[in-house]
Amino acid sequence: MDTLDTQKQAEKLKQCYHCGNDCPDQDYHYDEKDFCCIGCQSVYTILSENQLCNYYSYNNTPGTTQDVISSHYDYLDEPKIAASLLDYSDENISIITLYIPSIHCSSCLWLLEHLYKINPSIVNSRIDFLKKQVVISFKHKEFSLRELVKMLGAIGYEPLISLQDVVKEQNKVSDRDIIKKIAVAGFCFGNVMLLSFPEYFGMAAFEQQFKTFFGWLNLIFAIPVVFYSGRDYFISAWKNLTNKVLNLDFPLALGIAVMFIRSFYEILSGSGAGFVDTLCGLVFFLLIGKWVQQRTYHHLSFERDYRSYFPVAVTLISEAGEKPIPMDELQVGDRILIRNNEIIPADTILMKGDAVIDFSFVTGESAPIQKVLGEVVYAGGRQINEAIELEVIKPVSQSYLTSLWNNEIFDEKRKKIDTFSDTVSKYFSVVLLAIAFGSAAFWMFDDSAKAWQAFTAVLIIACPCALALSSPFTLSAVLSIFDKNKFYLKNTAVVEQMAKINTLVFDKTGTITAPEGFRISFEGDLSYEEQCMISSLARNSGHPLSRELVKWMKINEYFTVSEYKEIPGKGIEGIVNRKMVRIGSASFINIKSEKKDSGTVYIQISERYTGYFSFRQGWRKGLKELFSHLGSKLNMHLLSGDQDTEREYLLPAFPWESQMHFSQSPQNKLDYIKALQKKNDKVMMLGDGLNDAGALKQSDLGIAVTDNINNFSPGCDAILDGASFEKLPQFIQQAKDAVKVIHISFSISLVYNVVGLFFAVQGLLSPLFAAILMPLSTVTIISFTSIATHVFARKNKLI
Amino acid sequence: MNILYFLIGCSVFLALIFLFAFFWAMKNGQNDDTYTPGVRILFDDDIPKEAEK
Repeated sequence: MDTLDTQKQAEKLKQCYHCGNDCPDQDYHYDEKDFCCIGCQSVYTILSENQLCNYYSYNNTPGTTQDVISSHYDYLDEPKIAASLLDYSDENISIITLYIPSIHCSSCLWLLEHLYKINPSIVNSRIDFLKKQVVISFKHKEFSLRELVKMLGAIGYEPLISLQDVVKEQNKVSDRDIIKKIAVAGFCFGNVMLLSFPEYFGMAAFEQQFKTFFGWLNLIFAIPVVFYSGRDYFISAWKNLTNKVLNLDFPLALGIAVMFIRSFYEILSGSGAGFVDTLCGLVFFLLIGKWVQQRTYHHLSFERDYRSYFPVAVTLISEAGEKPIPMDELQVGDRILIRNNEIIPADTILMKGDAVIDFSFVTGESAPIQKVLGEVVYAGGRQINEAIELEVIKPVSQSYLTSLWNNEIFDEKRKKIDTFSDTVSKYFSVVLLAIAFGSAAFWMFDDSAKAWQAFTAVLIIACPCALALSSPFTLSAVLSIFDKNKFYLKNTAVVEQMAKINTLVFDKTGTITAPEGFRISFEGDLSYEEQCMISSLARNSGHPLSRELVKWMKINEYFTVSEYKEIPGKGIEGIVNRKMVRIGSASFINIKSEKKDSGTVYIQISERYTGYFSFRQGWRKGLKELFSHLGSKLNMHLLSGDQDTEREYLLPAFPWESQMHFSQSPQNKLDYIKALQKKNDKVMMLGDGLNDAGALKQSDLGIAVTDNINNFSPGCDAILDGASFEKLPQFIQQAKDAVKVIHISFSISLVYNVVGLFFAVQGLLSPLFAAILMPLSTVTIISFTSIATHVFARKNKLI
Repeated sequence: MNILYFLIGCSVFLALIFLFAFFWAMKNGQNDDTYTPGVRILFDDDIPKEAEK
């Protein structure tokens, strides 16, 4: 009889040298170091063989836990597919830019830039850390692209290769253009200021000869500022005028134009110094405001669609054998092979094999669905059983899944966000023009020269520079505060949108459930010995449920397992303690089960059914408090793609039973949001998967909740890291406070405008006065908005 | 005082050189990645072999 203590474990869990996770046992021991799994150990082996252990000296446990690499990269050997991925290729050298989500620390950087040590065919590799990209040049004759990608996978840096390389695309649009404009404006502003000082301080009689010289120089500097740096304001103002919209760009463009014309006239006629100084400063500050607003996240994309979810290639079965082809060459009637863990790219019919398909990402229903031969299998599902053969019945672009995106409602001009500054600027422009013409008319009878002066002075002084800066500086400060709390907004307008929200809609699975921390319970009867046997068997498997089970059972005694077998999507079996133990789904054990959900694992020992474990996902931390807090102010709704097995568990936390709906298809969710919006509700939707994509797009504010921001998330307005989920009420409060700050700073800048106007209508505006007032108001607004925003953030406990 | 014409010309010319130097740097992509080079410079050039063992 085997004794239990043959493999008695040390009680203390060791940390994995590679990734820092707890080691479940000491099976993985190499070079006097402990590893949590074979993946981590093999990475270490590769690195130590290539003298790359410096990787571990820059950071403690820099690695990431190794998942089993399931992707097949055969398609990278297809010249056509490879060519579309490569940046450059000649006879010897190829260059490729790869997006590697797991880049996270300086060790990653060091390792990936020393790839040539692992394989000398890699000529050079260079990382862009923030974009999580690596540019690799390699000799493709000695080392193919497939081998390169495989090697990266083997050391724990598997690149993400998808059809829609959004991250790469968006990085092409750089902010170089606006920075150039700022540089030009800043350069001219500095020089003009220097040349204007003599005029402001007064010049002696013998210095008067310089006056015209300085004036002319100023004019020359003003030309690039107006016609290059400030060009966009004229274009935008004109565009808006032709669309019969008055936005803030109109008074800005008017101010710039008037300032330039009046300065030109004054300097040419020698009647004054002009306002070139103010003009250059104005454009310079405005552009900075614009630049601040254009915040981009290098590593995030809010525009993902099905193309980034699908693989790049699919295996085509033809008479000539199996061959990978690019996704867009897939035609109706083609026969394709889908292996375990691969995604079905088009609507198909099952031709061969045992299909168990996980549609959780598409429908939200977490139980895998069994399909029989001849049945239609929709795109987007993930096969979790052995390889199957399918025949394509609809092209990729017309499948049920992709039609969710191409839904015609999205083509309509959707959710134009009405910002506060847009609303105000309508009235502002009208009032401004009225004052300008009014004062011109008033002086016209007395003194026509003064009329011209008063008219232009009004337009110059009322140029809403400070006004235009209030929103961008406040909102970008909010964005960076959110950013620190792992809440990433698509743009600044989303903050204002968030402040208006009065209805919240939650998805269930993946959104309010925690990724780990299952609530496990057992029904049946097991002796301690049997428990040990189950634990011993389960710890051989990498399946998440097995891992959770081992963690939950907390048994430190193990038996040796022989004839271990794992059948993907079904279960595991093996001989433990001379008895056959089988753990898995009902069909695997061959019993009939009343329960339909996938969170049930059945146990069979020596052909005897002994009971089942049920796994229920836990809720996110602080969910109950969050619901009760938000529920007191907002309307709460919950939509789930699952069946209602969880209803009773949810009710204590979510008491609005009539607003809780189960078995919702993606279309149902979308329609539900639409119905809410018909009642004039401003809806914020929180979801995670493709099944929420339609609803996220339809809602006034769609937030994708994800536990790994590098993973796929559907198109949305904001991405929220699951770890910050409980801060949601604070985020909403902060958005409301930000709008308050904008209102206050608008009033402050209006005060400045009124003071300036008081002088302007009397035609008393001197260049010096303008040159002081404009920067003063700007500085006031910038400092007020950033200080006030941070004070509110502290109040909301976000910093 | 006529020297002022010359001096101002010089100063504007110098400033222009810096402006174009900035443009050149932008075009060269020197401002595209402002994070990685700062980390990269801290790495040792080569690993001493003894450290491996």
